[in-house]
Amino acid sequence: MNPQFDSLAEFAAMGGHGAYVWGVYGVAAVVMAWLVARPLRRRAQLLAALRSRRESR
Amino acid sequence: MARSGAFWQRLHRWASPPGFYRLSGHWLPWLAAASLALLALGLVWGLLYAPPDARQGNSYRIIYLHVPASFLALAGYYVMAVAGAIHLIWRVKLADMLMSAAAPLGAALTFLALFSGSLWGKPTWGTYWVWDARITSMLVLLFLYLGVMALRQAYASRETAGRACAVLALVGTVNIPIIYKSVDWWYSLHQPATIRLTAAPSMHPDMFKPLLVMIVAFYLFYAWVLILNTRAEILSRERRAAWVRELAEEDVT
Amino acid sequence: MPGPGAGFAALLRRDLLLAWRRRGEVANPLIFFAMITALIPLAVGPEPSLLARLAPGMVWIMALLGTLLAADTLFREDFLDGALEFLVLSPQPLWLLVLARVVAHWLVTGVPITLLSPLLAALLALPGSGLPALVAGLGLGTLAFSLLGAVGGALTVALGGGNVLRPLLVLPLYVPVLIFGTAAVARAAAGGESAGALALLGAITALALLVSPFAAAAALRVGIDG
Repeated sequence: MNPQFDSLAEFAAMGGHGAYVWGVYGVAAVVMAWLVARPLRRRAQLLAALRSRRESR
Repeated sequence: MARSGAFWQRLHRWASPPGFYRLSGHWLPWLAAASLALLALGLVWGLLYAPPDARQGNSYRIIYLHVPASFLALAGYYVMAVAGAIHLIWRVKLADMLMSAAAPLGAALTFLALFSGSLWGKPTWGTYWVWDARITSMLVLLFLYLGVMALRQAYASRETAGRACAVLALVGTVNIPIIYKSVDWWYSLHQPATIRLTAAPSMHPDMFKPLLVMIVAFYLFYAWVLILNTRAEILSRERRAAWVRELAEEDVT
Repeated sequence: MPGPGAGFAALLRRDLLLAWRRRGEVANPLIFFAMITALIPLAVGPEPSLLARLAPGMVWIMALLGTLLAADTLFREDFLDGALEFLVLSPQPLWLLVLARVVAHWLVTGVPITLLSPLLAALLALPGSGLPALVAGLGLGTLAFSLLGAVGGALTVALGGGNVLRPLLVLPLYVPVLIFGTAAVARAAAGGESAGALALLGAITALALLVSPFAAAAALRVGIDG
């Protein structure tokens, strides 16, 4: 199979629909990254809080 | 009966919060790697290598996000409802934790489905919002999710909140097929489903294969995020337990 | 100990009696919606063909709003004065008591709206051919609204707060009722066949009749225990 676009510029332009396609994937990337980061951060904060409480006793 | 006794014992161990935490901890890196790899594969394939559509040109490539997100938004509601039912009937705390993790995840995916559908609609039909069957049903699904999330927040007692949400989710489950069928019946504008479980897809196979990859990738991603959130919820609810304290000591990263 | 039938009848009579004593309050929403319906032509213009196209949807929305707003009273008063706990703890099956409450509510809100609907339809220039479908549809649909509203009311009975949560929970469930109800009227008004849509509406109401009392009873138990 061959790439459908001859250059990066064409890839970004998506035949004139670039704003829509990359708008969708951009927002999706942000949302999906946040979906992963949020629980990871929550877990780290919880464990850190437990540790500091233990040390302060 | 002796063999099934051992099975139930093992199930009980995994269904306990610490058991689930430990077990999921082993498999999580693999799940994360697999979902990221498949997402990357599907995206590169769909965005770069799949042929453009005869009528829609390159804007159809939004399908590689829109369809998987829609599938998981809908499937996720059933995951949430089943978890809720398990908690309601058998009082399994872990099931309630899974359910509380599934609600915002499902809502986020429904939002992505709606957003991608909207931006896909603009070049295709000329408007950002089209009251067609698919999008309208997705909107109702979003309200169903938001209702569950709002109900959970409204109750002060976590146990009551969990059970009330389970009842609500189950009522919603019965309604979803009815809602989808009724909206489908009423609005016949939208193009027919390109993926039906029994009939052959009407997409060109070179367009369809990356879509399948993305759908599988999203299932893995969903499982990954659901488990991540459930683990965080376990730690939060069980923070007074000894095993969590020990974990905090070990985990000095 | 009185049988379940007696319990159902007793609760139904009590609710209807209370509603009769406050019949002014009960009539208010009806008058309110009749007035709003009269405002619609002032808002969109008096052109009959436009009004006729809007009529099925508008009358149904009015009926939906009427039952939705009134559904708050389904369980809240009894919860506030403690009578709800007696209902939940009584030896009568709770789903049957819920059904009695819902039927009383429907008789007091849904049926009057249904009976008033020909007047509202006339205000909105709905062709006469649509009237039977409108009345039949609203009769079934308002019952479904009351049944589904009871589930939302039961889930939120123990919560203080504003009333916004209950409608949010219930509106997605109302969607199929609204769709089939308006479709029946629209088709009949255009000279077509409304039986199919009415049959689907009837099926949904029947399903709600089967499921809602149990769901609402389960929700009430959760709320009272909590």
